[in-house]
Amino acid sequence: MLLTGTQLESKRNHRTLFKALNFELDAGQLLLVEGHNGSGKTTLLKTLAGLREPDAGQVLWEAEYRPQFVWLGHANGIKDDLTALENLRAMQTNSLPPKTVLEQMGLAGHGNRFPRHFSAGMKRRLALCRLLLSDAPLWILDEPQAALDKAGIRLFEALLSGHLQQGGSVVMTSHHDIGLEGQHIRRLGLGT
Amino acid sequence: MRLTHAFVSLLYRDFTVAFRHRNEILNPLLFFSLVTLLFPLGVGPSPQLLQTIAPGILWVAALLAALLAADNLFRTDYEDGTLEQLVLSPLPLPLLVIAKILAHWLVSAVPLLLLAPLLAVAFGLEALAIGVAELTLLLGTPVLAFVGAIGSALTVSLKRNGMLLALLVLPLYMPVLIFGSNAVDTAAAGLPVSGQLYLLAAMLVLSLTLAPLAIAAALKMSVSQ
Repeated sequence: MLLTGTQLESKRNHRTLFKALNFELDAGQLLLVEGHNGSGKTTLLKTLAGLREPDAGQVLWEAEYRPQFVWLGHANGIKDDLTALENLRAMQTNSLPPKTVLEQMGLAGHGNRFPRHFSAGMKRRLALCRLLLSDAPLWILDEPQAALDKAGIRLFEALLSGHLQQGGSVVMTSHHDIGLEGQHIRRLGLGT
Repeated sequence: MRLTHAFVSLLYRDFTVAFRHRNEILNPLLFFSLVTLLFPLGVGPSPQLLQTIAPGILWVAALLAALLAADNLFRTDYEDGTLEQLVLSPLPLPLLVIAKILAHWLVSAVPLLLLAPLLAVAFGLEALAIGVAELTLLLGTPVLAFVGAIGSALTVSLKRNGMLLALLVLPLYMPVLIFGSNAVDTAAAGLPVSGQLYLLAAMLVLSLTLAPLAIAAALKMSVSQ
């Protein structure tokens, strides 16, 4: 198992968001975390990423995977005062040319513009470039399709299925239909 | 190798952002010169009085400018999510933090170091005292930057945190202020100042080695909110 959660429990402001949560995630699988607003989806993702400690239970990683994941939270993790290309170079951990990645995400020709002039959807596309600029086997994504248009969502779905086919894994939350079906999709319901 | 690369690119990134924004460079500098220049208007232009209070004024103004700058140190990184990414980096966070603070010090304190001798001349300080003032600022401002960063990292997730930051950080700034301005005073009186300088250097070493650990821990706490 790449990632295992056992008896996870988290509280916020003395309110229990979830408890006794168990799940497993293997290579090539997608774990879709579902639940209504305020059910603790973001908190769970932050716990998996190690941004916060669970109040009880454990997150276990297969040893060799531990530091290798890409995190994309609500915030895009891009700087408004750096151009799109400079942002990509700053987030890059593999050797793909940033310009190609920009083209792939439909932002060709915007490389030397500042993200503060971008629309929310374009910023999200720029943030999603992080997925291509890393070779990490696991993606942890919080509402990755937020603000994306239809073409953007299709682009993201293509990235997702490509990553899964190559044996990568994903944990994500989404209010959208992800357009993927099959054995490799697991669902985890929160707040039910 | 990877660490060096990450260190340099973070330093370069913060540098680029600061130069595109300029506020980060100009605000502390403007604040420093305004506070310093207001004193002659407030206490009267008597050269002797100004010469006596100059070391204190320069140091207090530098300290408040550092406090002002510290407030913004992690703010935009926290808001745009790059702080989360930094904390999640597999590389050691305390070392990356040093890169950020080095960039912060270079853009917020070095211009001030360049301006200080001019203001000191305007206050009628002698050459030796000016030299010592520069040296104490050179040793002291990095300490202010590191200590301010601890407070900034602790309060970055709170809204309207200015007052809390000041309360947290000012007590820790005091030793630097005391030894810094005292060294300039002593030099102006023609006495040796090596004691104060050594103490300031010790504080610098202490903050350079320990503060990054505290800052890293505080940042981890702040992004977990």
